[in-house]
Amino acid sequence: MNMQSMLAPAGLQAAAIERLWWIFLIVTSLVFVAVIVALVAAIVRRNRDGGPSDRAAFRGVAAAVIATAVTLIGLITVDAFTARKLASLETDDRMVVNITGRQWWWDIEYQHPLPSMRVRTANELRLPVGRVVQINLQSADVIHSFWVPALHGKRDVIPGHANEIWLKADTPGRYRGQCAEFCGLQHAHMALTVIVEPQDKFAEWIAAQRQLGPSDASEQAARGRQIVERGPCSTCHTVRGTDAGGRVGPDLTHVSARQTIAAGTLPTSRENLRKWIDNPQHVKPGVRMPALGLSRDDIDAVVAYLGGTQ
Amino acid sequence: MSADPQPAQPTALDRERTELGATWAETPGWMGWLSAVDHKTIGRRFILTAIAFFALGGLLAVLMRLQLARPEQRLVDADLYNQLFTMHGSTMMFLFAVPVMEGLGIAMVPLMVGARAIAFPRLVAFGYWMFLFGGLFLWISFALNIGPDNGWFSYVPLAGPAYGAGKRADVWAQMITFTELSGLVVATSIIVTIFKYRAPGMSLDRMPIFAWSELVTAGMILIAMPAVMVASTALILDRLIATHFFNQAEGGDPLLWQHLFWFFGHPEVYIIFLPAQGMMSTLIQTFTGRPIYGYIALVLSLVSTGFIAFGLWVHHMFATGLPQVGESFFTAASMMIAIPSGLQIFCWIASIWRGRIQWKTPMLYALAYFFVFLVGGLTGVMLAAVSLDLQVHDTFFVVAHFHYVLIGGSIFPLFGALHYWFPKLTGRMLSERLGVIAFTLLFIGFNLTFFPMHQLGLLGMPRRVYTYPAGLGWEGLNLLATAGGALMALAVITYAINVVWALRRGTHAAANPWNAGTLEWATASPPPAYNFHPVLVVRGRDSVWTDPDPITVIGLSCARREVLITRVVDANLDHRFESPTPSIWPFITAIATSILFIGSIFTPWAVVWGSIPVAIGLIGWFWPGSKSAPQEPTGAVIRERLA
Repeated sequence: MNMQSMLAPAGLQAAAIERLWWIFLIVTSLVFVAVIVALVAAIVRRNRDGGPSDRAAFRGVAAAVIATAVTLIGLITVDAFTARKLASLETDDRMVVNITGRQWWWDIEYQHPLPSMRVRTANELRLPVGRVVQINLQSADVIHSFWVPALHGKRDVIPGHANEIWLKADTPGRYRGQCAEFCGLQHAHMALTVIVEPQDKFAEWIAAQRQLGPSDASEQAARGRQIVERGPCSTCHTVRGTDAGGRVGPDLTHVSARQTIAAGTLPTSRENLRKWIDNPQHVKPGVRMPALGLSRDDIDAVVAYLGGTQ
Repeated sequence: MSADPQPAQPTALDRERTELGATWAETPGWMGWLSAVDHKTIGRRFILTAIAFFALGGLLAVLMRLQLARPEQRLVDADLYNQLFTMHGSTMMFLFAVPVMEGLGIAMVPLMVGARAIAFPRLVAFGYWMFLFGGLFLWISFALNIGPDNGWFSYVPLAGPAYGAGKRADVWAQMITFTELSGLVVATSIIVTIFKYRAPGMSLDRMPIFAWSELVTAGMILIAMPAVMVASTALILDRLIATHFFNQAEGGDPLLWQHLFWFFGHPEVYIIFLPAQGMMSTLIQTFTGRPIYGYIALVLSLVSTGFIAFGLWVHHMFATGLPQVGESFFTAASMMIAIPSGLQIFCWIASIWRGRIQWKTPMLYALAYFFVFLVGGLTGVMLAAVSLDLQVHDTFFVVAHFHYVLIGGSIFPLFGALHYWFPKLTGRMLSERLGVIAFTLLFIGFNLTFFPMHQLGLLGMPRRVYTYPAGLGWEGLNLLATAGGALMALAVITYAINVVWALRRGTHAAANPWNAGTLEWATASPPPAYNFHPVLVVRGRDSVWTDPDPITVIGLSCARREVLITRVVDANLDHRFESPTPSIWPFITAIATSILFIGSIFTPWAVVWGSIPVAIGLIGWFWPGSKSAPQEPTGAVIRERLA
């Protein structure tokens, strides 16, 4: 229910901002009540005592203006301290992830000094709890905005600008993020799942991600692999360890291990994968992937190959 | 206390008025309709056209609310939805809010400063036609399915040549050129009217606050609008002849667009907001029956808001990754603008305290302002805080915020002011009963629609999404907002019924039905074509209240359209000047300019060949006529001096 709420923080920065929110809400509510009370009093009192002298009116207005200025200075100060806290994470001991915003999905690459140890995935960011993460944000096309409310505020993803955002997740769980800058037709379906898990589980996951492509043990899966490698799929998609090496669409090596497909549009299941491959334009109209015109059998074979053991 | 100047020598004055009526009359027939230059006619056209666009923009909002009523609904597809919110935003900002404020300025400012005409009336007529043609251009494009779909902010590169296919982004960019040109010429006229056309004796510190607000607004238009015209022209150049203003691959920068756009876009909000503050002061003064408290403070608030408004555009860009020091500066500047806004509110409360409220419909709108705008202003303080903004930016929280600011801060005072000035504009009174019903529906419907959106934003719902998944806690609040939208629609329909009814059956208005103090109420409702005869001399603020038997000016010709030019600060007599007569040329020039503008989104050659008809139009417009040169005020004398 609260996977995407800024009021349910799971990270240091989101918690700091949430605290700031409550401070602002309380202060501004008091101001609201004070002004409305003054207004009502002004309407009511006039009829009793015939209104204030010029001097009394001046004093009232001057006091109110001074109170406004003091309140604002207070709020600016609290905000400045929060801003410092948000920027306090930077350290050398961090994990680096590159995220590229694309119409309309997130291309995610876990960095490692050894190229073979890098992991590429899409639309699902797994983070070890308590670890500082530096995320480098790039855009491959238009402006997007990276936003996981449970962890931090937004950071725009702008072509030609190298932006970064630093995160530290404190509570394990599953969170949702979503592109926050209008980026075209399917802006509404550009979500990101964030899974925060204990260090050991994360280590397991990333080790599994480093394995090469899915199994093609069964006859149907072997045929599926053939279609992926020689058919239209490989033009855009990569399945590591095979001939499919396209870089336009998401890496499909471990697509079945991800919780959603099409950037949060559908939960991952064989049935949904089938639906998606059959006609992506029906599921997410305008998506860059065309309907491929594969036969029923071919789709089943591809799903048998990519869809893993679910 | 009667505001109607009683003629001392009825017969002579009546004869003069008849002659003046003939001198200032519009040309009859449909040619005359196209040639009109009377500021009241043009002002009414501006207001009516802007409200028609308001209704259209509102319809789009209803469609959006229906689509968002339930999750994953497929009533409207992504492509249409993106056009809907782009058209809604662009229509409300460029075709409704700015023009309606200008329209009221055009119609009321010359009357409020006691002038016989607006300065450069033909230019104002040209401004109206450009506005109308720009609006029609946008809406016809939308009807032909080439409506813009990149948002009212039209960010590059999404709107640039690589991603903005077809002519959609060009239509948006060129609509900007139309409306901003219109805005600039009208602003020029309003500034000159206020500086040079004021009644003798109306020094700047005696000027009605609404005129001050229009003056500050017009000044802001002159500074803000060129920024967006430059930006939209650069966008068209990028798209049409492959310049690279915004192409990062060739040394351009997409952020340049954002800076230019918001350097205009933020002051734009205040361009809509400030005239409404003038209306608030006007309504509160009239309906408390006493001069407004803190005149100087209110004027200084308007002026300082006008300045500070240019120092906060970056708070729209906090998420782009700017240096922290810069962000802090813009946070502080954004919060500081709350001080002049607060000062105005406090002065109004003091005015209410000192006066006695007449519970008329316009005053209800003014009182609603305190509740609605205050919420919007306070969420604005939240958005100014960079840390908090990073979370709520581009969510429904912002949608809630700026509707509270713009509807609460501008539309409520505007609807009140339209109700208030309706008798002056049309000669008829609106029904109080229907007025109260419309107000009540609007107040409830508005809060029902937009208050839940705060919560939606906090729960993480981003803006500009054509649909959303179930299960994030957004369904109920969205449904509530849609229900509120229905009430708002009902309120606007009630208001419209009231207007139609009043025009057919409404009681005829007296010269000063609300017993107000400013000069527009010193002449008949509706005013004659020449506004005032004799021209009044001003000896204090709110002179209808303070000076029931004003001295007047004699010696202005009745056979020519003479207006009195006064000095900028003290409004002492300067000279007489002949105001232009009706002319078809502004209309023809506007058509030629429109052809140039529309053609130039298809080929750069349209600028070359299209300039020829524009030149012909301008030559016709400025062809030397029988108009006499400026004259010394030897003939115009303030009667007191003779007596």
